[in-house]
Amino acid sequence: MFERLGDKVRQRLRGWTEQMAGEERKDQLQALTRTENEYGVDPFGFNLDYSLAAIAPLLWLYRNYHRVETFGIEKIPKGRVLLVANHSGQLPMDGAMIGVAMMMEAQPPRAIRSMVEKWVPTLPYISKFFARVGQIVGTPENCRRLLAAEEAILVFPEGARGITKLWPQRYQLQEFGLGFMRLALETDTPIVPIAVVGAEEQAPALVDVKPVAKLLGFPAFPLTPTGLPFPLPTKYRLYFGDPMHFTGRADDEDSELDKKVRTVKAAIQTMIHQGLKERRGIFW
Amino acid sequence: MRPAVVVTGISGNLGRTLAKLLHKSERIIGIDRRPFVGKPKDVEMHQLDLRKKKAEDVFRKNEISAVIHMGIMHDPRMSEEEHHSFNVVGTTRLLEYCAKHGVKKVVVLSSANVYGPSPDNSNFLTEDAPLMAASRFSGVRDLIEVDMLAHGFFWRHPDINTVILRPVHIVGPSIKNAPSNYLRLRYPWMLAGFDPIVQLIHVEDAARALVQALKPTLKGVYNVVGPGEVPLSSALRELGRTPIPVPHPLARPMLGMLFKYRLANFPPPELDHIQFLCNVDGSRWRNEVGWKPRYSMRDTIRSVIGE
Repeated sequence: MFERLGDKVRQRLRGWTEQMAGEERKDQLQALTRTENEYGVDPFGFNLDYSLAAIAPLLWLYRNYHRVETFGIEKIPKGRVLLVANHSGQLPMDGAMIGVAMMMEAQPPRAIRSMVEKWVPTLPYISKFFARVGQIVGTPENCRRLLAAEEAILVFPEGARGITKLWPQRYQLQEFGLGFMRLALETDTPIVPIAVVGAEEQAPALVDVKPVAKLLGFPAFPLTPTGLPFPLPTKYRLYFGDPMHFTGRADDEDSELDKKVRTVKAAIQTMIHQGLKERRGIFW
Repeated sequence: MRPAVVVTGISGNLGRTLAKLLHKSERIIGIDRRPFVGKPKDVEMHQLDLRKKKAEDVFRKNEISAVIHMGIMHDPRMSEEEHHSFNVVGTTRLLEYCAKHGVKKVVVLSSANVYGPSPDNSNFLTEDAPLMAASRFSGVRDLIEVDMLAHGFFWRHPDINTVILRPVHIVGPSIKNAPSNYLRLRYPWMLAGFDPIVQLIHVEDAARALVQALKPTLKGVYNVVGPGEVPLSSALRELGRTPIPVPHPLARPMLGMLFKYRLANFPPPELDHIQFLCNVDGSRWRNEVGWKPRYSMRDTIRSVIGE
């Protein structure tokens, strides 16, 4: 019974996505079908039907709530690519909005993958949802496999440090992990830096109640003026930079890798400053 | 007489399937404690325990070209001591006989379960992934030990072509292992909010893989994958099952009680298999022997109900 109810809801949502996307895009989206088996999933658990349904509320938020504007999305190269972005806003809406942009604005549309924390597979419902929309656990092995299959992977090298940072640190990039650079060098994958402007203000966190976070097993427990980290309707701007190619040894000293990572970080920081200068306000 | 292939655990479902595939082309000597029901006439059968001295007579009296070892016990109801002794001591003895009597080919059946389901797993585990199954389920320690014993044997005897096969969950019409039994339940439990991707292989495909492992030059560790991957829910839907979603914090203690009072035959750590991923990358096997399973995913799933 639940199954049938689920199917009906899914069809409705998918219809909604297609209506918002328009006729032309609808056909393009259908072409996103990966190497699916007779049960409609690819080996990683991605399901196009499920994803197109799941994206409907996000697409609505993208168009009407955060009113996302993209700049330079046409710079994304074909084939495998690492999308490296700043991470902020307590809830990973930035990831969702980049995902929607890649599906709805990029030409041709792409269903990106992103790497999620290892605690995600332990969370009921969320683990299933993430798997069906193509998000997988961020092990280097998984990442290599997807890049070899010419996929686009979204990475937030700041990780939890970025998304949980407090209001005074807004738009200051936190320490970047080096893992993505190792993978880029190893697999000869171009990196596209992305700056997200507008996500910082969606849920300004004043304090992080660490004991509660620890108790619940969360990376952080932020308190916002409203209490909850519910996103406010801030206007999002997504800046896509020029693809960056790096050469060198993947097993180099950390200091060598760090130099390369810093050029990516600088590219993102520059676009953030540009975005902050260009915008007239937080909500428009 | 021509050299023979020794098959241990021949009386099990997989063993019988293998015997039927192989007896036309090879001389087979079966070793098992259980009787071989429906044994083909040309199969020579010894009903004995590998741990007993008598088992060595088989090697002393015959010229053995290859050994296929699948005499591994999985019954969760059997005492851990008996389990351990039968599997580990039995395998140790068998490998000793092989080395001593100049067997040139040894195929050991392990399982993809030795990696163990875990939230930290990559979506596809390669043969060099650590064998972590016992960290969450101590009852499978002996299965890992068997795999390691074979591994050690592989390194110590470079002149013997040892193959270790780690197939995914084997299912089939009369197979009585945990995954097949689970798929046969009318109202199987699912852990609420979890729907991992699983891999299955038809028992006949598994038997064909064992036969292919006899290829003289082949050696090494191989994951063996069937027709691919499927979400657990889709497999249950294919069989027309009505899954019951049980919240995972409750499922473990509940199943513990049911198992204790013999109302269920699944020990609680088996729940990891319907919560987390334990899928393997079968490309090494696919590339080196040109592996292609015969059964489609649909036929593999439906085989548990004898279709």
